[in-house]
Amino acid sequence: MDFLNALILLLNYIFVPALAYGSQLAIGAIFVTLIYGILRFANFATGDMMSFGTMVAILFTWYFQSMGFTLGFLPTALLAIPFAILFMGLYMLIIDKFVFKYYRLNKSPPVQLAMVSIGVMFVTQAVVRIIIGPSDRRFFDGEKFLIRANEFKEMTGLNEGLAIKSTQLITIVVTLILVSTLFWFLNKTKTGKSMRAYSDNEDLALLSGIDPKKIVMITWMIAAILATIGGVLYGLDKSFKPFTYFNNMLPIFAAAIVGGIGNPFGAFLGGYVIAFSEILLTYAYKKFFMYVLPESMEPDGLIQLLSTDYKFAVSFSILVIVLLYRPSGIFKGKIL
Amino acid sequence: MRKNLNVIAAYSIMMGLIILVGIFQSWNIALSIFNLCLISAVMTMGANIQWGYAGLINFGIMGFTALGGLAAVLISVNPVQEAWSAGGINILLSLFLIIGIVLAVRFVLKKYQKSKIRSYIIAAIIILGIIIIRFVSEPGIEAIEEVNPARTGFLGGLGLPIIFSWIVGAFFAGGLAFVIGKVALGLRADYLAIATLLISEIVIAIIKHEDWLTRGVKNVIGLKRPAPYEVNLQETEWFINLVEKFNSGKLALISDLSERQSALNQFVIEGSSVFVKLCYSGLFLVVVIILLILTQKALYSPWGRMMRAIRDNEEAANAMGKNVVKQHLLIFVLGSAIVGIAGAMLVTQDGLFTPGSYRPLRYTFLIWVMVIVGGSGNNFGAILGGFVVWFLWIEAAPIGLYLVNLITAGLEDTHFLKVHLIESVPYFRFLMMGIGLLLIMRYRPKGILPEKIEIK
Repeated sequence: MDFLNALILLLNYIFVPALAYGSQLAIGAIFVTLIYGILRFANFATGDMMSFGTMVAILFTWYFQSMGFTLGFLPTALLAIPFAILFMGLYMLIIDKFVFKYYRLNKSPPVQLAMVSIGVMFVTQAVVRIIIGPSDRRFFDGEKFLIRANEFKEMTGLNEGLAIKSTQLITIVVTLILVSTLFWFLNKTKTGKSMRAYSDNEDLALLSGIDPKKIVMITWMIAAILATIGGVLYGLDKSFKPFTYFNNMLPIFAAAIVGGIGNPFGAFLGGYVIAFSEILLTYAYKKFFMYVLPESMEPDGLIQLLSTDYKFAVSFSILVIVLLYRPSGIFKGKIL
Repeated sequence: MRKNLNVIAAYSIMMGLIILVGIFQSWNIALSIFNLCLISAVMTMGANIQWGYAGLINFGIMGFTALGGLAAVLISVNPVQEAWSAGGINILLSLFLIIGIVLAVRFVLKKYQKSKIRSYIIAAIIILGIIIIRFVSEPGIEAIEEVNPARTGFLGGLGLPIIFSWIVGAFFAGGLAFVIGKVALGLRADYLAIATLLISEIVIAIIKHEDWLTRGVKNVIGLKRPAPYEVNLQETEWFINLVEKFNSGKLALISDLSERQSALNQFVIEGSSVFVKLCYSGLFLVVVIILLILTQKALYSPWGRMMRAIRDNEEAANAMGKNVVKQHLLIFVLGSAIVGIAGAMLVTQDGLFTPGSYRPLRYTFLIWVMVIVGGSGNNFGAILGGFVVWFLWIEAAPIGLYLVNLITAGLEDTHFLKVHLIESVPYFRFLMMGIGLLLIMRYRPKGILPEKIEIK
């Protein structure tokens, strides 16, 4: 019984939250990695592009809510996602046309493109803050919990409850669907294959008749889908705040590099590596040991490896270690 | 003279703008803008050395600035005796343990051949060391943080004049840069950018949460000043006489004696804060000029030529027998040390240390905008960039308000769009920075004052 309690405790406080957070990071990391692999620059506007997409989704959610349109027990935001993706894609294509295209055609070094993306970051941030303001927004509606802690306790008779928020399940399911579709697209369709070819060797791809304009446009569209969905899922699970989204860029970068930048599957796993290590290292294991160990050996302290204040620092330290020992990432990405 | 005309013109326009602010808004605002422009100029000089001379991207400026600020606290605050006696021994012991770990790792690295076993041994040493340090330091940290937590709760500093911290800040930042450089300089440009950005976040996390050292988010207020206090100035004889002399024309117009006295008091209060700001401006100006002379000398020395050669073609410079790795490390340390000076100056001017206020947008990306806009590789350009961008950053709100009023002139004052836009005026500065950066990168990629290398 104690062992079961301990297991549920870990599930409730580590496994489920880490899985949801990891999925959100994974989507962002695939976004970064795609832009890096195909357009060949580190996109510092990642977080702000996600917040732009989320902002549009929130505006549509409010519109639907004011019309009396809801999805019942599901959040209305899911309905708003397709519209938000359209706007996001449009915004990205406009930015590409007026900003990135010039440097791409001139074959500027990646550093210059990264600098330009900082300009885009500033502009996007301004647009988001001017339209929706810098404050915290919650736009979740529908059923909040799938299983409540109390219900679970009554059902099983255990001491520990397991609470699963509906947003956590939505996040995981949507991520799985999105990512498997993406991999199917990249590996099985002709366009996807040509995208990978372009990422591998641009000149060779051009020689074999691949149209770079089409590749770039499709990349931005996929990026729009990823950015919007990733942003909305994060916002549903936590809340929407432009500043938080900007900061999320950092663990997302860490996930992309840990997984090997330019490698979408690596980025996907990298998201979970970062999320799990953040939560595993900052969780206080006192209660867990109280269940597992006999009474005489119960610990006095919190048994916490690092204080929760260092949550972000953990992911960055992992990144630094990975950069030192395996600069191409755990799952072999582009060579540095 | 002729060839420097654009430099002189650009600087005169900039000074003219600041003077205009002084005339139309107030001299107080103008001087505080000017002071922060000077600090920004020091930061841009640091970044410019790394990016303009050597082509190294350092997105960790925020971390080095914060370390400089930390130096200001550790140098100037009076030591807290109680805290030292409560937990000082544990902290010192932990310090020795850290040194011991580093030495042990070095010993293993030197003594044994590269192998899997060596990596495991090193990992074991580090993990074991961290566990021991936690056991040693925990009671000490708790004891320190319990000493009068509302006012101190940390070890305090050395109680020296705060000016010394400008040098110590440089050493702190340079030391961190040495470690980062050893680790990360081998990476390709954009990876280096990401790595330094993330490392600077780690630095901030440590400064924010190690309360025994920095008071963390409780902030350190009331730091010592290198300049006189306004309150004292308002009571000193010579200062009142000086203000009277300056404003004698205006005062002579007032006939009533008591009214004249109250007007004089008003002038003295205003004058005192302007005077304090002027003191800071003088100090900062000295630093900027010294650094400018040094960096200019370095730029045109054989060393500067070598740096540019390395920047433009690493392989060729390597083939000519220049030690690229060593020079990169050197310039990374030097540039970061200059940023550290700026960080200490900033805290000195504010008189308080607020770890929560260090954010990458303000302390990393904005500085980069300054370098790019001003002109990388050109010290005068970098300083000008600091001035222009900081000026716009502060004055963006009034300009934005003016523009919003202009555009929505046809709307009623209560129209929701107008109200909303006026509320969001503060964010127009991001828009201006972004568009400014994009325009400069597109149409004048070398900045306002481009790099010019003359062969003498």
